[in-house]
Amino acid sequence: MTQGIFDSNSYMNMELLRFTTAGSVDDGKSTLIGRLLYDSKSIFEDQYENIKATSERRGENFVNLALLTDGLRAEREQGITIDVAYRYFSTPKRKFIIADTPGHIQYTRNMVTGASTANLAIILIDARNGVVEQTRRHSLIASLLGIQHLAVCINKMDLVDYSKEVFDNIVRDYREFASRLQAKDIQFIPISALNGDNVVSRSNNMPWFEGVTLLYLLETVYIAGDINHIDARFPVQYVIRPYNDEFHDYRGYAGRLSSGVLRPGDKVSILPSGFTTNIKAIEFDGKQLTEAYAPMSVTVLLEDDIDISRGDMIVRENNQPHISQDLEVMVCWMGDKPLQKNGKYAIKHTTKDARCVVKDIKYKLDISTLHRITDNPEINMNDIGRITVRTTAPLLYDAYTKNRETGAFIMIDEGTNVTVGACIILD
Amino acid sequence: MSFTLNHLKSLESEAIYVIREAAAQFQNPAILFSGGKDSIAVTYLARKAFYPAPIPFPLLHIDTGNNFQETLDYRDKLVSKLDVRLIVASVQDSINQHRVTEEKGYNASRIRLQTTTLLDAIEKYKFDCCLGGARRDEEKARAKERFFSHRDEFGQWDPKNQRPELWNLFNGRMNVGENFRVFPISNWTELDVWQYMGMEKIELPSLYFSHRRRVFERDGVLLAESPFIPMKPNEVVEEQTVRFRTIGDITSTGATFSEASTVDEIINEVAATRVTERGGRADDKRSETSMEDRKKEGYF
Ligand SMILES: Nc1nc2c(ncn2[C@@H]2O[C@H](COP(=O)(O)OP(=O)(O)OP(=O)(O)O)[C@@H](O)[C@H]2O)c(=O)[nH]1
Ligand SMILES: [Mg+2]
Repeated sequence: MTQGIFDSNSYMNMELLRFTTAGSVDDGKSTLIGRLLYDSKSIFEDQYENIKATSERRGENFVNLALLTDGLRAEREQGITIDVAYRYFSTPKRKFIIADTPGHIQYTRNMVTGASTANLAIILIDARNGVVEQTRRHSLIASLLGIQHLAVCINKMDLVDYSKEVFDNIVRDYREFASRLQAKDIQFIPISALNGDNVVSRSNNMPWFEGVTLLYLLETVYIAGDINHIDARFPVQYVIRPYNDEFHDYRGYAGRLSSGVLRPGDKVSILPSGFTTNIKAIEFDGKQLTEAYAPMSVTVLLEDDIDISRGDMIVRENNQPHISQDLEVMVCWMGDKPLQKNGKYAIKHTTKDARCVVKDIKYKLDISTLHRITDNPEINMNDIGRITVRTTAPLLYDAYTKNRETGAFIMIDEGTNVTVGACIILD
Repeated sequence: MSFTLNHLKSLESEAIYVIREAAAQFQNPAILFSGGKDSIAVTYLARKAFYPAPIPFPLLHIDTGNNFQETLDYRDKLVSKLDVRLIVASVQDSINQHRVTEEKGYNASRIRLQTTTLLDAIEKYKFDCCLGGARRDEEKARAKERFFSHRDEFGQWDPKNQRPELWNLFNGRMNVGENFRVFPISNWTELDVWQYMGMEKIELPSLYFSHRRRVFERDGVLLAESPFIPMKPNEVVEEQTVRFRTIGDITSTGATFSEASTVDEIINEVAATRVTERGGRADDKRSETSMEDRKKEGYF
């Protein structure tokens, strides 16, 4: 490739980091994303002109960078984020997919949507308000969703005289709460999203802060270890049968590896039937591969003709997932109606469709204290609780902490077809 | 040994996963094919997703009638090369059948009229899913779109009340009469698409590459001279060296000055550009929320 002003080769070898924003309403999430994009020169001139004109029309005395992500009419009218906006930028080190999510409690489901695929969450806290209930709820959700890296940004430092004391107090409060969360890698940064302090460049207003800027953190946080490369799990997504003369007996199992590695010749089991066979070939686009690993989409061909359909799973014979109809689950509820004990819901788990019945509601979490409420808990919208379900067909699963793909499923209201529950399988 | 996919391979894998998911969850999907690079990318990705079987869906072209001839030639060549079925639904037919009324005046455009033609085609052919090449980086309303985007029985998008979309578990359940739009390359940027075209050596319509063309300027947009666009008296046509960054209906697709005549040169140009590709689209300049408004009515 030609080398112009732009180095194609380094671009081709960039790693992808997906991150999400979280925190209470008005803590400055969208402004921060705007600032990050602006200061990393990722905003196009026409986009900038556009939000500048809109800001002027609204009588704002500065260019409101939150308008870069708050693109819906209703969001601009109300000055809040309603649904996730996805934005993209890259630096010479990495390519980033940002999910800017809403802080308003009413739209928690959209925050969960943005967080469910993220490697890292930026948790914003308004320096004037400190840790509030939404900070805790979002941190808890991020942690339950298995996000390993939290960048806690204490924002609006300009409104508290860039005070080290304010920062230290909030860090202490947050640490106390976070000691009960699973996320291990937590970093704190004092910032002003509005003015850009410690976002892309170091702040002159806070010489007392010795840590790194937010962008530096995003560029360097180690994420290669986040994918499970041990347990080979290949949920069959689609069976390819060309039915033409050239490929008459062709039967390929198309899908995407959830985790682990597969190679031609591997001895595998087909679940749930339990038949064993060997991998004859792994193909992609007609080419033979010597190995496939998560998250590659490939087609697997087997030595023996076995009846396999969507929802089945190809795994190594000596490393198999759990298989059960009875599951212990943490659920993040998003339905308008409360979760029904003994209620039946449709579920989607890997590529499998099934139904489930809620056998028991064990507790729900008090978001502020993380205490378990066990006395007749009712799980309403935005609540998080522990339940037991029984499924119509056995699920092939791993604990979510080991596998974000095979350890998760969604619950769907069979009347409205709306997704109402994000479910995390415990073990 | 390191098991990492570079970002382009990750995006490809994600897109193929989404396309296969659409094939598995719906009875009767179609690919919305405009002749632009994004729908070309989706078509090639679909080819890979099911190879060696043919693409299990037809291509649906909502034809405004105001096309670049190059687009139609490219389309027909691709259809025969990939052995897919092509369905053309024409805005002109919708006008003839009085389903819609043609806009009048200099800035008349058939962009909005496409919605009716599209919804009629969905109904006629009973498509329950249309795969599109829309990308979230294109436009601020599109930035909010799910991979599996639900449409009610009127084809409407309800941006304030989208279904949660958790992990890679796409919920394509719906009631009769409703349908889905599915966007496999949601997470790709313009640069990603070009990098991919280069990596895969995919042939593209000549309009994307630098060429001499007679153009004129209107409201900051460089439009091609064409029988479909009435000229104002003060407008001056000049031959210039240009290319198109997006290709759609001729009346609303702006050209940019460019010397880039190979994919590599385009990649360099796109990497350095300071304006978005839709900056040249007259259809987005109509109001602050024109894309959102059109999408609510059922647009692509
Ligand atoms: N002074 C000051 N104001 C800020 C800062 N960051 C954000 N703001 C202001 O705080 C208000 C809310 O900012 P947003 O970015 O919309 O907040 P948000 O967290 O995205 O809100 P939701 O998405 O609705 O939850 C706006 O008026 C911002 O201008 C900051 O660092 N300093
Ligand atoms: Mg916001």
